[in-house]
Amino acid sequence: MKLQGNVWKFGDNIDTDVIIPARYLNTTDPVTLAAHCMEDIDETFASSVQPGDIMVGGANFGCGSSREHAPISIKGAGVSCIVAESFARIFFRNAINIGLPILESVDAARDAQKGDRLTVDLTAGTITNARTGQTYQANPYPPFVLAIIEAGGLVPYTRNTLGIEI
Amino acid sequence: MGKTLAEKIIAAHAEQDSVSAGDLVTVNVDVVMANDITAPIAINSFDAVGVEEVFNPDRIMLVPSHFTPNKDIKSAEQARTLARFAESQMLSHRFQVGRSGIEHVILPERGLVLPGDLVVGGDSHTCTYGALGAFATGMGSTDIAVTMATGQTWLRVPETMKFVYHGQRQQWVYGKDMILRTIGEISVDGALYRAMEFTGQGITGLGMSDRLTMANMIIEAGGKCGFMPFDAVTQEYVEARATRSYTPYAADDDADYVSVHEFDLSDMEPQVACPYSPDNVKPVSQVEPEKVDQVFIGSCTNGRFEDFAIVADILEKTGREFHPDVRVMIIPGSQAVYLDVLRQGWIELFTLAGGAVSTSTCGPCLGGHMGVLASEEVCVSTSNRNFRGRMGHRDARVFLANPAIATASAILGRIGHPDEL
Repeated sequence: MKLQGNVWKFGDNIDTDVIIPARYLNTTDPVTLAAHCMEDIDETFASSVQPGDIMVGGANFGCGSSREHAPISIKGAGVSCIVAESFARIFFRNAINIGLPILESVDAARDAQKGDRLTVDLTAGTITNARTGQTYQANPYPPFVLAIIEAGGLVPYTRNTLGIEI
Repeated sequence: MGKTLAEKIIAAHAEQDSVSAGDLVTVNVDVVMANDITAPIAINSFDAVGVEEVFNPDRIMLVPSHFTPNKDIKSAEQARTLARFAESQMLSHRFQVGRSGIEHVILPERGLVLPGDLVVGGDSHTCTYGALGAFATGMGSTDIAVTMATGQTWLRVPETMKFVYHGQRQQWVYGKDMILRTIGEISVDGALYRAMEFTGQGITGLGMSDRLTMANMIIEAGGKCGFMPFDAVTQEYVEARATRSYTPYAADDDADYVSVHEFDLSDMEPQVACPYSPDNVKPVSQVEPEKVDQVFIGSCTNGRFEDFAIVADILEKTGREFHPDVRVMIIPGSQAVYLDVLRQGWIELFTLAGGAVSTSTCGPCLGGHMGVLASEEVCVSTSNRNFRGRMGHRDARVFLANPAIATASAILGRIGHPDEL
Protein backbone atom coordinates (compact mmCIF):
# COMPACT_ATOMS: atom_id res chain seq x y z
CA MET A 1 0.00 0.00 0.00
CA LYS A 2 1.44 3.35 -1.09
CA LEU A 3 0.71 6.81 0.36
CA GLN A 4 1.72 10.13 -1.13
CA GLY A 5 1.56 13.53 0.48
CA ASN A 6 3.18 16.83 1.33
CA VAL A 7 5.20 17.27 4.50
CA TRP A 8 4.21 19.21 7.62
CA LYS A 9 7.39 19.37 9.67
CA PHE A 10 7.45 19.53 13.48
CA GLY A 11 10.26 19.31 16.05
CA ASP A 12 11.23 17.02 18.94
CA ASN A 13 8.97 16.05 21.86
CA ILE A 14 5.68 17.07 20.25
CA ASP A 15 3.35 16.35 23.19
CA THR A 16 -0.29 15.32 23.11
CA ASP A 17 -1.32 18.60 24.79
CA VAL A 18 -0.21 20.52 21.70
CA ILE A 19 -1.56 17.88 19.30
CA ILE A 20 -5.00 18.30 20.88
CA PRO A 21 -5.36 20.53 23.96
CA ALA A 22 -7.32 19.06 26.87
CA ARG A 23 -9.90 21.86 26.62
CA TYR A 24 -11.33 20.01 23.59
CA LEU A 25 -11.46 16.58 25.25
CA ASN A 26 -15.11 16.95 26.21
CA THR A 27 -15.89 15.41 22.83
CA THR A 28 -14.80 12.31 20.96
CA ASP A 29 -15.96 13.55 17.52
CA PRO A 30 -13.04 13.25 15.02
CA VAL A 31 -14.21 16.27 12.97
CA THR A 32 -14.35 18.58 16.01
CA LEU A 33 -11.02 17.28 17.28
CA ALA A 34 -9.42 17.71 13.83
CA ALA A 35 -10.47 21.38 13.74
CA HIS A 36 -8.18 22.07 16.72
CA CYS A 37 -5.31 19.74 15.88
CA MET A 38 -1.87 21.35 16.54
CA GLU A 39 -3.45 24.80 17.07
CA ASP A 40 -1.23 25.78 20.00
CA ILE A 41 1.96 25.48 17.91
CA ASP A 42 0.66 26.08 14.36
CA GLU A 43 -2.64 27.91 13.98
CA THR A 44 -2.63 27.35 10.19
CA PHE A 45 -2.38 23.57 10.34
CA ALA A 46 -6.01 22.55 10.80
CA SER A 47 -7.31 24.92 8.10
CA SER A 48 -4.51 24.26 5.56
CA VAL A 49 -3.77 20.55 5.85
CA GLN A 50 -4.79 18.59 2.74
CA PRO A 51 -6.08 15.01 2.65
CA GLY A 52 -3.10 12.68 2.33
CA ASP A 53 -0.54 15.11 3.80
CA ILE A 54 2.22 13.55 5.87
CA MET A 55 3.29 14.74 9.31
CA VAL A 56 7.00 14.55 10.10
CA GLY A 57 8.29 14.83 13.67
CA GLY A 58 11.55 14.55 15.57
CA ALA A 59 12.25 12.40 18.61
CA ASN A 60 9.60 11.26 21.14
CA PHE A 61 6.61 12.30 18.99
CA GLY A 62 3.33 12.12 20.93
CA CYS A 63 4.76 12.21 24.44
CA GLY A 64 2.58 13.02 27.45
CA SER A 65 -0.99 11.98 28.03
CA SER A 66 -2.61 8.74 26.90
CA ARG A 67 -5.42 10.57 25.06
CA GLU A 68 -6.31 8.61 21.94
CA HIS A 69 -7.90 11.89 20.83
CA ALA A 70 -4.37 12.87 19.66
CA PRO A 71 -4.01 10.34 16.81
CA ILE A 72 -7.78 10.60 16.20
CA SER A 73 -7.45 14.36 15.60
CA ILE A 74 -4.48 13.84 13.27
CA LYS A 75 -6.27 11.11 11.34
CA GLY A 76 -9.44 13.21 11.31
CA ALA A 77 -7.49 16.12 9.80
CA GLY A 78 -6.75 13.89 6.79
CA VAL A 79 -3.11 13.11 7.55
CA SER A 80 -2.26 9.80 5.86
CA CYS A 81 0.85 8.90 7.82
CA ILE A 82 3.37 10.13 10.44
CA VAL A 83 7.12 9.75 10.01
CA ALA A 84 9.26 10.54 13.07
CA GLU A 85 12.67 9.85 14.54
CA SER A 86 10.92 8.06 17.42
CA PHE A 87 7.46 7.86 19.00
CA ALA A 88 6.36 7.94 22.64
CA ARG A 89 5.10 4.45 23.48
CA ILE A 90 1.45 5.14 24.32
CA PHE A 91 1.05 7.26 21.17
CA PHE A 92 2.69 4.48 19.12
CA ARG A 93 0.14 1.92 20.35
CA ASN A 94 -2.78 4.32 19.94
CA ALA A 95 -1.92 5.19 16.33
CA ILE A 96 -1.49 1.52 15.36
CA ASN A 97 -4.68 0.58 17.21
CA ILE A 98 -6.83 3.11 15.31
CA GLY A 99 -5.23 2.34 11.93
CA LEU A 100 -3.12 5.49 11.52
CA PRO A 101 0.17 4.41 9.85
CA ILE A 102 3.32 5.62 11.61
CA LEU A 103 6.92 4.97 10.63
CA GLU A 104 10.20 5.46 12.48
CA SER A 105 13.18 6.66 10.46
CA VAL A 106 15.73 9.09 11.88
CA ASP A 107 17.20 10.04 8.49
CA ALA A 108 13.89 10.40 6.62
CA ALA A 109 12.54 12.60 9.42
CA ARG A 110 15.66 14.77 9.64
CA ASP A 111 15.99 15.29 5.86
CA ALA A 112 12.32 16.11 5.21
CA GLN A 113 11.38 19.79 4.96
CA LYS A 114 8.00 21.49 4.95
CA GLY A 115 6.34 21.03 1.58
CA ASP A 116 8.51 18.10 0.44
CA ARG A 117 6.56 15.36 -1.30
CA LEU A 118 6.96 11.93 0.27
CA THR A 119 5.92 8.55 -1.03
CA VAL A 120 5.49 5.94 1.70
CA ASP A 121 5.33 2.23 0.84
CA LEU A 122 3.78 0.64 3.94
CA THR A 123 4.37 -2.92 2.76
CA ALA A 124 8.05 -2.39 2.05
CA GLY A 125 8.47 0.09 4.93
CA THR A 126 10.16 2.65 2.69
CA ILE A 127 9.92 6.43 2.51
CA THR A 128 10.96 8.28 -0.66
CA ASN A 129 11.53 12.03 -0.75
CA ALA A 130 10.81 13.46 -4.25
CA ARG A 131 12.96 16.56 -3.63
CA THR A 132 16.13 14.71 -2.66
CA GLY A 133 15.40 11.56 -4.62
CA GLN A 134 16.45 9.53 -1.58
CA THR A 135 14.67 6.40 -0.31
CA TYR A 136 14.85 5.49 3.38
CA GLN A 137 14.10 2.17 5.12
CA ALA A 138 11.91 2.59 8.20
CA ASN A 139 12.43 0.48 11.34
CA PRO A 140 10.46 -2.77 10.89
CA TYR A 141 7.33 -3.39 12.99
CA PRO A 142 7.34 -6.36 15.37
CA PRO A 143 5.32 -9.22 13.77
CA PHE A 144 2.51 -8.86 16.27
CA VAL A 145 2.11 -5.15 15.52
CA LEU A 146 2.13 -5.92 11.80
CA ALA A 147 -0.80 -8.29 12.35
CA ILE A 148 -2.81 -5.49 13.99
CA ILE A 149 -2.01 -3.14 11.11
CA GLU A 150 -3.00 -5.77 8.54
CA ALA A 151 -6.31 -6.35 10.33
CA GLY A 152 -7.01 -2.61 10.17
CA GLY A 153 -6.61 -1.85 13.87
CA LEU A 154 -6.91 -3.52 17.26
CA VAL A 155 -10.72 -3.83 17.31
CA PRO A 156 -10.95 -5.82 14.02
CA TYR A 157 -7.85 -7.78 15.05
CA THR A 158 -9.50 -8.74 18.35
CA ARG A 159 -12.76 -9.68 16.59
CA ASN A 160 -10.75 -11.97 14.31
CA THR A 161 -8.90 -13.63 17.18
CA LEU A 162 -12.10 -14.08 19.19
CA GLY A 163 -13.83 -15.47 16.09
CA ILE A 164 -16.59 -12.84 16.13
CA GLU A 165 -18.26 -12.54 12.71
CA ILE A 166 -18.33 -9.07 11.19
CA MET B 1 21.34 -13.80 34.91
CA GLY B 2 18.78 -12.54 37.42
CA LYS B 3 15.53 -10.81 36.61
CA THR B 4 14.22 -7.28 36.98
CA LEU B 5 10.87 -6.47 38.58
CA ALA B 6 9.31 -5.87 35.16
CA GLU B 7 10.53 -9.27 33.93
CA LYS B 8 9.26 -11.10 37.03
CA ILE B 9 5.81 -9.54 37.15
CA ILE B 10 5.27 -9.87 33.39
CA ALA B 11 6.42 -13.53 33.44
CA ALA B 12 3.93 -14.30 36.22
CA HIS B 13 1.10 -12.70 34.24
CA ALA B 14 2.16 -14.33 30.97
CA GLU B 15 2.07 -17.73 32.70
CA GLN B 16 5.71 -18.29 31.72
CA ASP B 17 8.67 -19.37 33.86
CA SER B 18 10.66 -16.40 32.71
CA VAL B 19 10.68 -13.61 30.14
CA SER B 20 13.47 -11.27 29.10
CA ALA B 21 13.62 -7.65 27.94
CA GLY B 22 12.57 -7.45 24.30
CA ASP B 23 10.13 -10.39 24.42
CA LEU B 24 6.60 -9.73 23.11
CA VAL B 25 4.04 -11.41 25.35
CA THR B 26 0.33 -11.58 26.03
CA VAL B 27 -0.44 -11.02 29.71
CA ASN B 28 -3.39 -11.43 32.05
CA VAL B 29 -4.36 -8.09 33.55
CA ASP B 30 -5.40 -7.68 37.21
CA VAL B 31 -6.98 -4.22 37.06
CA VAL B 32 -8.18 -2.03 34.17
CA MET B 33 -8.83 1.68 34.73
CA ALA B 34 -10.17 4.54 32.64
CA ASN B 35 -11.44 8.07 33.31
CA ASP B 36 -14.11 10.42 31.97
CA ILE B 37 -11.89 11.42 29.02
CA THR B 38 -10.58 8.02 27.97
CA ALA B 39 -13.48 5.73 28.93
CA PRO B 40 -16.09 7.11 26.48
CA ILE B 41 -13.92 6.11 23.49
CA ALA B 42 -13.06 2.81 25.21
CA ILE B 43 -16.76 2.03 25.76
CA ASN B 44 -17.50 2.69 22.07
CA SER B 45 -14.65 0.41 21.06
CA PHE B 46 -15.78 -2.21 23.60
CA ASP B 47 -19.17 -2.25 21.89
CA ALA B 48 -17.42 -2.54 18.50
CA VAL B 49 -15.44 -5.59 19.67
CA GLY B 50 -18.77 -7.32 20.11
CA VAL B 51 -18.48 -9.20 23.40
CA GLU B 52 -21.42 -8.87 25.76
CA GLU B 53 -19.72 -8.67 29.14
CA VAL B 54 -16.49 -7.35 30.61
CA PHE B 55 -13.95 -10.01 31.61
CA ASN B 56 -14.39 -9.36 35.35
CA PRO B 57 -16.73 -6.74 36.87
CA ASP B 58 -14.62 -6.61 40.07
CA ARG B 59 -11.51 -5.45 38.26
CA ILE B 60 -12.68 -2.55 36.08
CA MET B 61 -12.45 0.94 37.57
CA LEU B 62 -14.10 3.78 35.65
CA VAL B 63 -13.31 6.97 37.53
CA PRO B 64 -14.80 10.32 36.50
CA SER B 65 -12.07 12.73 37.59
CA HIS B 66 -10.90 15.10 34.90
CA PHE B 67 -13.86 17.35 34.07
CA THR B 68 -15.83 16.50 37.23
CA PRO B 69 -17.84 17.83 38.94
CA ASN B 70 -19.13 18.18 35.38
CA LYS B 71 -17.85 21.46 33.95
CA ASP B 72 -20.23 21.66 30.98
CA ILE B 73 -22.91 19.68 29.18
CA LYS B 74 -20.50 17.73 26.97
CA SER B 75 -18.47 16.70 30.03
CA ALA B 76 -21.66 15.70 31.80
CA GLU B 77 -22.55 13.43 28.87
CA GLN B 78 -19.13 11.79 29.08
CA ALA B 79 -19.42 11.21 32.84
CA ARG B 80 -22.89 9.75 32.33
CA THR B 81 -21.50 7.35 29.71
CA LEU B 82 -19.21 5.92 32.43
CA ALA B 83 -21.98 5.65 35.03
CA ARG B 84 -24.34 3.91 32.59
CA PHE B 85 -21.67 1.43 31.48
CA ALA B 86 -20.76 0.68 35.12
CA GLU B 87 -24.42 0.05 35.85
CA SER B 88 -25.15 -2.08 32.79
CA GLN B 89 -21.99 -4.16 33.28
CA MET B 90 -22.69 -4.39 37.03
CA LEU B 91 -19.18 -3.20 37.91
CA SER B 92 -18.49 -3.73 41.62
CA HIS B 93 -16.69 -0.45 42.18
CA ARG B 94 -18.52 2.81 41.45
CA PHE B 95 -16.90 6.22 41.71
CA GLN B 96 -19.53 8.92 41.83
CA VAL B 97 -18.63 12.55 42.65
CA GLY B 98 -18.66 12.94 46.43
CA ARG B 99 -17.45 9.37 46.95
CA SER B 100 -14.49 9.46 44.66
CA GLY B 101 -11.46 11.52 43.63
CA ILE B 102 -8.50 11.36 41.28
CA GLU B 103 -8.00 7.75 40.14
CA HIS B 104 -4.31 7.64 41.06
CA VAL B 105 -5.07 8.80 44.58
CA ILE B 106 -8.07 6.57 45.28
CA LEU B 107 -6.99 3.24 43.77
CA PRO B 108 -3.93 2.88 46.07
CA GLU B 109 -5.81 4.47 48.99
CA ARG B 110 -8.62 1.89 48.78
CA GLY B 111 -6.34 -1.10 48.26
CA LEU B 112 -7.73 -1.71 44.77
CA VAL B 113 -4.25 -1.93 43.21
CA LEU B 114 -1.69 -4.04 45.01
CA PRO B 115 1.95 -5.15 44.92
CA GLY B 116 2.70 -7.58 42.11
CA ASP B 117 -0.40 -6.60 40.15
CA LEU B 118 -0.36 -5.94 36.43
CA VAL B 119 -2.46 -2.83 35.84
CA VAL B 120 -3.31 -1.01 32.62
CA GLY B 121 -5.06 2.33 32.68
CA GLY B 122 -6.47 4.76 30.18
CA ASP B 123 -4.40 7.54 31.68
CA SER B 124 -0.69 8.07 31.30
CA HIS B 125 -0.18 8.49 35.05
CA THR B 126 -1.30 4.90 35.71
CA CYS B 127 2.42 4.36 36.31
CA THR B 128 1.78 5.81 39.82
CA TYR B 129 0.94 2.31 41.16
CA GLY B 130 4.57 1.28 40.64
CA ALA B 131 5.08 2.86 44.07
CA LEU B 132 3.34 -0.24 45.49
CA GLY B 133 5.48 -2.61 43.43
CA ALA B 134 2.86 -3.17 40.73
CA PHE B 135 3.60 -3.23 37.00
CA ALA B 136 1.33 -0.38 35.94
CA THR B 137 1.30 1.42 32.62
CA GLY B 138 -0.84 3.87 30.68
CA MET B 139 -2.54 2.94 27.45
CA GLY B 140 -5.05 4.50 25.06
CA SER B 141 -8.76 3.86 24.89
CA THR B 142 -8.73 1.08 22.28
CA ASP B 143 -6.21 -0.95 24.28
CA ILE B 144 -8.38 -0.40 27.35
CA ALA B 145 -11.49 -1.52 25.45
CA VAL B 146 -9.89 -4.78 24.35
CA THR B 147 -8.53 -5.42 27.85
CA MET B 148 -11.98 -4.82 29.36
CA ALA B 149 -13.32 -7.41 26.90
CA THR B 150 -10.62 -10.07 27.17
CA GLY B 151 -8.72 -9.45 30.43
CA GLN B 152 -5.53 -9.53 28.40
CA THR B 153 -3.18 -7.22 26.57
CA TRP B 154 0.12 -7.45 24.75
CA LEU B 155 3.37 -6.01 26.04
CA ARG B 156 6.96 -5.76 24.99
CA VAL B 157 9.04 -6.62 28.06
CA PRO B 158 10.96 -3.39 28.78
CA GLU B 159 14.63 -2.97 29.52
CA THR B 160 15.16 -1.51 32.99
CA MET B 161 17.15 1.49 34.17
CA LYS B 162 18.19 1.60 37.83
CA PHE B 163 18.18 4.81 39.89
CA VAL B 164 20.04 4.87 43.20
CA TYR B 165 19.65 7.70 45.74
CA HIS B 166 22.29 8.17 48.44
CA GLY B 167 22.44 10.41 51.46
CA GLN B 168 19.97 12.34 53.59
CA ARG B 169 17.44 14.77 52.18
CA GLN B 170 17.67 18.40 53.26
CA GLN B 171 14.64 20.16 54.77
CA TRP B 172 12.03 21.12 52.09
CA VAL B 173 13.25 18.38 49.72
CA TYR B 174 10.78 15.64 48.89
CA GLY B 175 10.09 12.83 46.43
CA LYS B 176 8.90 15.51 43.97
CA ASP B 177 12.38 17.04 43.92
CA MET B 178 14.03 13.65 43.50
CA ILE B 179 11.94 12.78 40.45
CA LEU B 180 12.23 16.27 38.91
CA ARG B 181 16.01 16.12 39.31
CA THR B 182 15.99 12.65 37.72
CA ILE B 183 13.89 13.79 34.73
CA GLY B 184 16.13 16.84 34.34
CA GLU B 185 19.12 14.52 34.23
CA ILE B 186 17.87 11.95 31.71
CA SER B 187 15.41 14.19 29.72
CA VAL B 188 11.81 13.68 28.62
CA ASP B 189 12.70 10.68 26.46
CA GLY B 190 15.53 9.36 28.63
CA ALA B 191 13.50 6.31 29.70
CA LEU B 192 11.50 5.85 26.48
CA TYR B 193 9.98 2.32 26.37
CA ARG B 194 11.88 1.40 29.55
CA ALA B 195 11.12 0.50 33.16
CA MET B 196 12.67 2.54 35.98
CA GLU B 197 13.63 0.88 39.29
CA PHE B 198 14.23 3.20 42.23
CA THR B 199 16.44 2.13 45.10
CA GLY B 200 18.94 3.20 47.73
CA GLN B 201 18.88 4.75 51.18
CA GLY B 202 17.08 7.81 49.83
CA ILE B 203 14.14 5.63 48.75
CA THR B 204 14.01 3.49 51.90
CA GLY B 205 13.54 6.69 53.90
CA LEU B 206 10.55 7.85 51.84
CA GLY B 207 6.94 7.43 52.94
CA MET B 208 4.31 6.08 50.56
CA SER B 209 3.07 9.54 49.58
CA ASP B 210 6.51 10.57 48.27
CA ARG B 211 6.93 7.21 46.55
CA LEU B 212 3.59 7.66 44.76
CA THR B 213 4.72 11.16 43.68
CA MET B 214 7.93 9.77 42.17
CA ALA B 215 6.33 6.81 40.40
CA ASN B 216 3.63 9.17 39.08
CA MET B 217 6.13 11.19 37.05
CA ILE B 218 8.18 8.43 35.38
CA ILE B 219 6.03 8.95 32.25
CA GLU B 220 7.53 12.47 32.10
CA ALA B 221 10.84 10.75 31.26
CA GLY B 222 9.06 8.59 28.66
CA GLY B 223 9.08 5.57 30.99
CA LYS B 224 6.71 2.64 30.59
CA CYS B 225 6.57 1.83 34.30
CA GLY B 226 8.48 2.51 37.48
CA PHE B 227 9.04 0.47 40.62
CA MET B 228 9.64 1.23 44.25
CA PRO B 229 10.97 -1.73 46.28
CA PHE B 230 8.47 -3.64 48.43
CA ASP B 231 9.55 -3.03 52.03
CA ALA B 232 8.16 -2.34 55.52
CA VAL B 233 6.71 1.00 54.35
CA THR B 234 4.82 -0.70 51.51
CA GLN B 235 3.67 -3.53 53.73
CA GLU B 236 2.27 -1.22 56.39
CA TYR B 237 0.45 0.87 53.78
CA VAL B 238 -0.99 -2.12 51.93
CA GLU B 239 -1.91 -4.29 54.93
CA ALA B 240 -4.35 -1.67 56.15
CA ARG B 241 -6.05 -1.44 52.76
CA ALA B 242 -5.74 -4.60 50.66
CA THR B 243 -9.05 -5.85 49.30
CA ARG B 244 -7.58 -9.20 48.21
CA SER B 245 -4.37 -11.24 48.47
CA TYR B 246 -1.24 -10.14 46.61
CA THR B 247 2.27 -11.30 45.73
CA PRO B 248 5.20 -8.95 46.31
CA TYR B 249 8.23 -9.32 44.04
CA ALA B 250 11.85 -8.23 44.43
CA ALA B 251 14.42 -7.68 41.71
CA ASP B 252 17.34 -10.11 41.71
CA ASP B 253 20.72 -8.75 42.79
CA ASP B 254 22.24 -9.83 39.47
CA ALA B 255 19.38 -8.52 37.29
CA ASP B 256 20.37 -6.96 33.98
CA TYR B 257 20.06 -3.15 33.88
CA VAL B 258 20.72 -1.08 30.75
CA SER B 259 22.06 1.73 32.90
CA VAL B 260 22.55 2.75 36.53
CA HIS B 261 22.13 6.38 37.62
CA GLU B 262 23.27 7.58 41.05
CA PHE B 263 22.18 10.71 42.90
CA ASP B 264 23.46 12.32 46.10
CA LEU B 265 20.61 13.85 48.10
CA SER B 266 22.79 15.50 50.74
CA ASP B 267 23.37 18.66 48.70
CA MET B 268 20.16 18.61 46.61
CA GLU B 269 17.96 21.72 46.75
CA PRO B 270 14.24 21.79 45.99
CA GLN B 271 13.88 21.52 42.20
CA VAL B 272 11.68 23.45 39.77
CA ALA B 273 10.73 22.43 36.21
CA CYS B 274 10.51 25.63 34.15
CA PRO B 275 8.34 26.16 31.03
CA TYR B 276 7.66 24.40 28.76
CA SER B 277 9.00 20.97 29.64
CA PRO B 278 9.22 18.76 32.74
CA ASP B 279 12.91 18.22 31.99
CA ASN B 280 13.76 21.94 32.06
CA VAL B 281 14.73 21.52 35.71
CA LYS B 282 16.76 23.91 37.89
CA PRO B 283 17.46 24.15 41.63
CA VAL B 284 15.04 26.74 43.03
CA SER B 285 17.90 29.12 43.88
CA GLN B 286 18.66 29.41 40.17
CA VAL B 287 15.07 30.19 39.10
CA GLU B 288 14.16 33.85 38.50
CA PRO B 289 11.88 35.06 41.34
CA GLU B 290 9.05 35.82 38.91
CA LYS B 291 5.73 37.26 40.01
CA VAL B 292 3.09 34.53 40.32
CA ASP B 293 -0.59 34.79 39.34
CA GLN B 294 -1.78 31.36 40.48
CA VAL B 295 -0.59 28.52 42.66
CA PHE B 296 -2.12 25.06 42.37
CA ILE B 297 -1.58 22.53 45.16
CA GLY B 298 -3.13 19.16 44.34
CA SER B 299 -3.26 16.61 41.46
CA CYS B 300 -2.34 12.91 41.25
CA THR B 301 1.27 13.98 41.83
CA ASN B 302 0.89 15.97 45.07
CA GLY B 303 -2.75 15.74 46.19
CA ARG B 304 -2.32 13.48 49.23
CA PHE B 305 -2.61 14.16 52.98
CA GLU B 306 1.17 14.52 53.47
CA ASP B 307 1.26 17.21 50.76
CA PHE B 308 -1.35 19.35 52.51
CA ALA B 309 0.45 18.77 55.82
CA ILE B 310 3.43 20.64 54.30
CA VAL B 311 1.18 23.58 53.38
CA ALA B 312 -0.40 23.63 56.85
CA ASP B 313 2.99 23.38 58.55
CA ILE B 314 4.34 26.44 56.72
CA LEU B 315 1.18 28.50 57.34
CA GLU B 316 1.07 27.57 61.03
CA LYS B 317 4.77 28.15 61.68
CA THR B 318 4.96 31.48 59.87
CA GLY B 319 1.48 32.79 60.67
CA ARG B 320 1.47 34.24 57.16
CA GLU B 321 -1.40 34.49 54.65
CA PHE B 322 -1.22 33.94 50.91
CA HIS B 323 -0.31 36.99 48.83
CA PRO B 324 -3.45 39.00 47.99
CA ASP B 325 -2.67 39.05 44.24
CA VAL B 326 -2.30 35.27 43.97
CA ARG B 327 -5.13 32.80 43.31
CA VAL B 328 -4.32 29.76 45.43
CA MET B 329 -6.19 26.61 44.39
CA ILE B 330 -5.96 23.82 46.99
CA ILE B 331 -7.55 20.58 45.85
CA PRO B 332 -7.35 17.36 47.90
CA GLY B 333 -6.94 14.35 45.61
CA SER B 334 -9.81 12.32 47.06
CA GLN B 335 -12.78 12.60 49.38
CA ALA B 336 -10.81 10.66 52.00
CA VAL B 337 -7.94 13.15 51.78
CA TYR B 338 -10.47 16.01 51.94
CA LEU B 339 -12.00 14.57 55.10
CA ASP B 340 -8.59 14.05 56.76
CA VAL B 341 -7.59 17.62 55.89
CA LEU B 342 -10.95 18.86 57.22
CA ARG B 343 -10.55 16.97 60.51
CA GLN B 344 -7.13 18.55 61.04
CA GLY B 345 -8.74 21.98 60.81
CA TRP B 346 -6.71 22.79 57.71
CA ILE B 347 -9.62 23.74 55.47
CA GLU B 348 -10.26 26.62 57.86
CA LEU B 349 -6.53 27.39 57.98
CA PHE B 350 -6.23 27.41 54.16
CA THR B 351 -9.41 29.45 53.76
CA LEU B 352 -8.40 32.07 56.34
CA ALA B 353 -5.05 32.36 54.55
CA GLY B 354 -6.91 33.25 51.34
CA GLY B 355 -6.84 29.89 49.61
CA ALA B 356 -9.70 28.42 47.55
CA VAL B 357 -10.29 24.83 48.68
CA SER B 358 -12.27 22.63 46.30
CA THR B 359 -13.71 19.16 46.13
CA SER B 360 -11.49 16.65 44.36
CA THR B 361 -10.84 17.01 40.61
CA CYS B 362 -7.96 16.84 38.11
CA GLY B 363 -9.39 20.17 36.78
CA PRO B 364 -6.61 22.76 36.68
CA CYS B 365 -3.74 20.33 35.99
CA LEU B 366 -4.91 19.80 32.42
CA GLY B 367 -6.47 23.22 31.85
CA GLY B 368 -9.91 21.72 32.25
CA HIS B 369 -11.59 23.88 34.88
CA MET B 370 -11.15 25.22 38.44
CA GLY B 371 -8.12 27.36 37.60
CA VAL B 372 -7.48 27.84 33.86
CA LEU B 373 -4.67 30.30 33.05
CA ALA B 374 -4.90 33.45 30.93
CA SER B 375 -2.22 34.41 28.40
CA GLU B 376 1.15 35.27 29.93
CA GLU B 377 0.01 34.28 33.42
CA VAL B 378 2.51 32.46 35.65
CA CYS B 379 1.51 29.48 37.77
CA VAL B 380 3.48 27.45 40.30
CA SER B 381 1.91 24.01 40.29
CA THR B 382 2.53 20.80 42.22
CA SER B 383 1.25 18.78 39.24
CA ASN B 384 3.28 16.91 36.63
CA ARG B 385 3.24 18.72 33.26
CA ASN B 386 4.07 22.22 32.08
CA PHE B 387 3.76 21.76 28.33
CA ARG B 388 2.61 24.74 26.27
CA GLY B 389 -1.15 25.16 26.71
CA ARG B 390 -1.33 22.47 29.40
CA MET B 391 -3.07 24.58 32.06
CA GLY B 392 -4.77 27.09 29.81
CA HIS B 393 -3.58 29.67 27.28
CA ARG B 394 -0.63 28.64 25.10
CA ASP B 395 1.37 31.62 26.39
CA ALA B 396 0.72 30.91 30.08
CA ARG B 397 3.80 29.63 31.92
CA VAL B 398 3.79 26.81 34.46
CA PHE B 399 6.57 26.04 36.96
CA LEU B 400 6.38 22.57 38.53
CA ALA B 401 7.49 22.31 42.17
CA ASN B 402 6.92 20.57 45.49
CA PRO B 403 4.17 21.73 47.92
CA ALA B 404 6.65 23.71 50.10
CA ILE B 405 7.92 25.79 47.19
CA ALA B 406 4.32 26.23 45.98
CA THR B 407 3.23 27.43 49.44
CA ALA B 408 6.19 29.80 49.83
CA SER B 409 5.53 31.21 46.35
CA ALA B 410 1.84 31.66 47.19
CA ILE B 411 2.78 33.67 50.31
CA LEU B 412 5.56 35.70 48.67
CA GLY B 413 3.63 36.39 45.45
CA ARG B 414 6.68 35.28 43.48
CA ILE B 415 8.67 32.08 43.04
CA GLY B 416 10.45 31.57 46.33
CA HIS B 417 11.66 29.26 49.11
CA PRO B 418 10.19 28.66 52.61
CA ASP B 419 13.47 29.87 54.15
CA GLU B 420 12.62 33.33 52.81
CA LEU B 421 9.49 33.55 54.98
